[in-house]
Amino acid sequence: MIPQHLLSIDQLDETAITRILDTARGLRSVTDRPLKKLPTLRGRTVCNLFYEPSTRTRVSFELAAKRLSADVINFQADARSSVSKGESLKDTAWTLEAMGVDALVVRHPSSGAAAQLSRWVRARVINAGDGRHEHPTQALLDLFSMRERFGTLAGLKVVIVGDIAHSRVARSNVKGLVTMGADVTLVGPPTLVPPQVESWGAKVSYDLDAVLDDADVCYLLRVQRERLGAPAFPTLREYAALWGLDRARAARLKPDALVMHPGPINRGVEIAADVADLPRAVILEQVANGVAVRMSLLYLMLGGAEEPPGGGR
Amino acid sequence: MTDYLLRGGRVVDPAGGQDRRADVLVSGGVVTAVGERLGGSGATVLDCTGAVVAPGLVDLHAHLREPGREDEETIATGSAAAAAGGYTALCAMPNTDPVADNAAVVEKVWALGAQVGLVDVVPAGALTRGRRGEEMADLGEMARCAAGVRLFTDDGAALSDSLLARRVMEYLVAFDAIYAEHCEDEALVAGGHMHEGERSVALGLAGRPSEAEFLIAARDIALARLTRCRLHLLHVSAAETVELVRRAKAEGLRVTAEATPHHLALTDAALASYDTNAKVNPPLRTERDRAALVAGVADGTIDAIATDHAPHALQEKESEFTLAPAGIVGLETALSLTLTTLVAPGLLTLRDALERLSTAPARILGLEGHGGPIEPGRPANLTVFDPAATWVVEPQRLHSRSVNTPFAGWELSGVVRHTLLRGRPTVRDGELVTEVMV
Ligand SMILES: [Zn+2]
Ligand SMILES: [Zn+2]
Repeated sequence: MIPQHLLSIDQLDETAITRILDTARGLRSVTDRPLKKLPTLRGRTVCNLFYEPSTRTRVSFELAAKRLSADVINFQADARSSVSKGESLKDTAWTLEAMGVDALVVRHPSSGAAAQLSRWVRARVINAGDGRHEHPTQALLDLFSMRERFGTLAGLKVVIVGDIAHSRVARSNVKGLVTMGADVTLVGPPTLVPPQVESWGAKVSYDLDAVLDDADVCYLLRVQRERLGAPAFPTLREYAALWGLDRARAARLKPDALVMHPGPINRGVEIAADVADLPRAVILEQVANGVAVRMSLLYLMLGGAEEPPGGGR
Repeated sequence: MTDYLLRGGRVVDPAGGQDRRADVLVSGGVVTAVGERLGGSGATVLDCTGAVVAPGLVDLHAHLREPGREDEETIATGSAAAAAGGYTALCAMPNTDPVADNAAVVEKVWALGAQVGLVDVVPAGALTRGRRGEEMADLGEMARCAAGVRLFTDDGAALSDSLLARRVMEYLVAFDAIYAEHCEDEALVAGGHMHEGERSVALGLAGRPSEAEFLIAARDIALARLTRCRLHLLHVSAAETVELVRRAKAEGLRVTAEATPHHLALTDAALASYDTNAKVNPPLRTERDRAALVAGVADGTIDAIATDHAPHALQEKESEFTLAPAGIVGLETALSLTLTTLVAPGLLTLRDALERLSTAPARILGLEGHGGPIEPGRPANLTVFDPAATWVVEPQRLHSRSVNTPFAGWELSGVVRHTLLRGRPTVRDGELVTEVMV
């Protein structure tokens, strides 16, 4: 039920996601204690193998592992060195494994890198973002944040706005949300919303204003204009005007609707500067929940059978 | 020179229109008799019981990597792989380092092939200098040199500049040479790693859409019509391209096409777990495309089955999917894959399979001595294989220097028993005869 490696959110069914979120809820109380530590993973070693600079995700995993008393190694590597010179991904993984690593938390710019690693090592592999493929722990913490606010994910209307095509966050979130029975709509310029995403069970719209009024959650993705080849839209100004969440659009949201963003934020592009600071923006809450969800995963994937303190929901 | 009596086999010879039980007597490098219960006193008997005796296979499309990447393959190891796979001739692609864009390089490849002597290595020349797509290569000098280049291609990429493509086609008419294209529009496939579709979106890999192929194919067919040049479309992979070729042929244009065993056997489902050995250009596409290719091979729209044998170093294939080079080794699995995936299920007759693997490619390349017919007086370029025997693909046991095959572990029907190049066994009883310098 909890897979050996977490490579894609596809591996988790509704029961598994619910268990991870329930466990995270129990563990969140640890974060609020003065002594923020559990002995569960004492003697275990977790390695953060990061081929992309991502301080927030790395720190989140590091804190999660340390709060469960695991030893943590941070290995920052350069993805470009892989083929031309330096050590290959496989050799690096083998080296770390030889040092007795129990879990590899991998962030890599190449889609599939975590899946490939999982075939080469015995250690548990957790995908902390692979290329534009998936970022399952981000999705789990987003699901957690939404469930904390709304009590349930079933029937929740979630609008995800932005660069769906190149977003690992979008992929994992859509599939996780659909698994949990949420109603997902993907919005953005057609250049960034490939029609194939409908096969994930999400609806597609190119008109943000048409879908905003009903939304329980408005989830904004970071947008970059410069991509390989032709740009996806004329200017950032035009993007902001058509698909950005400005104050006027934010005002149309339902009173209890959430505004979410995986960070880092492009203020003034996908989200207006003042909207990001509105109280309903739970962006910082997402960050805090990230530690609890990652503790939950490490606990369930590496820990014993014992119940976590605080219990489930 | 030893005489051989190929005894007890079933001669399947598309060019000669034969399919019958017959012995084949080979003397002085040529076939001297085909018939039942031949005598052949003094000839060495090669047992062909239960086996098919066919014209030696001819590959229109193999990358031997020499000169330049001898760590991946050499003319010697590639020739060994070819002979082991039942081939007696192959066309060596020019994307070497240095590029085969001048007479010196193609003559060198040709001479090395002859020196190894396991298979006739027929070098292809590049269309443009350095394959840079900017100016014509030494087309005429390559055509007229000792290697006698007949097929020109910038394979690896399409020639983007339509005007230059036109000029090259016009020029090649003087030599009745073939303009062969790797049909993928550079701009449309830039940064892509697999077929663009539902699977590429799900895997988070940038795509290489079918349109990139059939747009170039349509352009080239139009230019072939304009220039009257012979056109060959390499490794056709999209259903739409098959249809374009079908129409071009109906119109009477001199257009030929090939498909690879991997495009005929696999779809983009093979990439579900990011297997870099299934990464290839053009990419494995959908079941609809695969079915259209199979139909095209069956009705002759696709003239030839060609391997696009593309060896890559293990350490390069064992890297991140987006960094791994594209390509699949194919010389030793082509025949068995054709028999297993097309002939056994009844999609293609054995006769037609051998026509696509030998007779047609020999005709396209103008190789007089290859592709049959198996008749007295003809050079004894022959392949004998047991169609019912099975084997399991173990990459490390292949003769190629590289192991990048997505078919590892597959059980295939069809085992090569003997291969004869001008009457001399290069494979005998399943073993490579000449110890090549590896
Ligand atoms: Zn090619
Ligand atoms: Zn090729």
